Amino acid sequence: MTSPTEHLDPALRVEALASLLTERGLLDEATVETFIKTYEQSVGPMNGAKVVAKAWTDPEYRARLLADGTAAIADLGFKGPQGEHIVVLENTPAVHHVVVCTLCSCYPWPVLGLPPSWYKDPAYRSRIVREPRRVLSEFGLDLDDSVEIRVHDSSSEVRYMVLPERPAGTEGASEEELAALVTRDAMVGVAKVTVP
Amino acid sequence: MDGIHDVGGMQGFGQVQELTDAPPFTEPWEGKAFVIGALAARISGTNLHAFRHAIERVPPREYMVGYWNRWTIGAQLMMEDSGIVTDEQVRARAARLSGQDVPEPPAPEPHKPEMPSGGAGNLRSVDTPPTFAVGDRVRVADLRPVGHTRLPRYVRGRTGTVTALQPGAVFPDTAAHFVGENPQHCYTVEFDSRELWGADAEPFRLSIDLFEPYLEPEK
Repeated sequence: MTSPTEHLDPALRVEALASLLTERGLLDEATVETFIKTYEQSVGPMNGAKVVAKAWTDPEYRARLLADGTAAIADLGFKGPQGEHIVVLENTPAVHHVVVCTLCSCYPWPVLGLPPSWYKDPAYRSRIVREPRRVLSEFGLDLDDSVEIRVHDSSSEVRYMVLPERPAGTEGASEEELAALVTRDAMVGVAKVTVP
Repeated sequence: MDGIHDVGGMQGFGQVQELTDAPPFTEPWEGKAFVIGALAARISGTNLHAFRHAIERVPPREYMVGYWNRWTIGAQLMMEDSGIVTDEQVRARAARLSGQDVPEPPAPEPHKPEMPSGGAGNLRSVDTPPTFAVGDRVRVADLRPVGHTRLPRYVRGRTGTVTALQPGAVFPDTAAHFVGENPQHCYTVEFDSRELWGADAEPFRLSIDLFEPYLEPEK
């Protein structure tokens, strides 16, 4: 028998737990498959991108989204775990919002899916609340000194999503074309949306 | 709890990782880990707050191994607490899956916690009116609870301004320990970076959502 403090390979621990839970009837393969498929295929940043594209093309929707994010996002069919109350933060040429969860990795699942690795990493979580301009620069986003930075630490059940600036040169683009430009990183606030 | 999870403002973690378009699970076991964690509260008869607290209780060395590792160990801790599995069982099963012929210890007797719930989700109405209003200057209490809290170290004792009143919600500090939902008002409080990090700090504003018991009026 190994000591309880001895590191167990995480993949093996998962297999062991899954096997114990399955034989007790507490877990089944179909549920596991459904969950994985949902977060690999249906719940991800493509949902948030649709929200952003609609806000860029429909001023009335944009106003509602900023006033009541949860309701406006639910209008497009996006709701569920980790999305009980979503606040949308609008980036402008003068103000740049960026989102973090320093205590764990809270993230607005219905619009962005599960968080990426860098968001969950202690380097991002520790530093973005202390030296955001430098961290953004490391990510490749150099903001002008005149831009005000606002960092949002998701410490309660409120979830935050950034409405990025619509890039120049997209005046004639359709909602669908615009959605294809919107990235996960821009909706967390560590990048801008650009035209390739 | 002043644990390894409370990293806001800590130094020494180095460069941030590169931004990538990687999918949520890069290896098959990570997807399965996600599902076990996502169902752990239901399986163990606990709640989301207890899960966050379980991840906080993962030993620092294991916490730093990586996200899905701490997520899985957190899920296991909750199941151990509720008598669903024991660590000995998990290790014996892991050994057997690796081809070792070790005996399997018996399954424990389940003993799930009991806590009345006001319903699904975490948003709740609060019976008393909010103490603070938008524009109020507030000082964050210098609390050091031994259990679960959503009050990070880096704002304790600091003074900021209420910028929004968020919906009332289950109080994580009590719900995580199954002693009641104890709904509280929740405020977005904004701080000047220099209040948090000193005169030489980069200029910016930081907002964080804090429950009413974490706040005091500015003296």
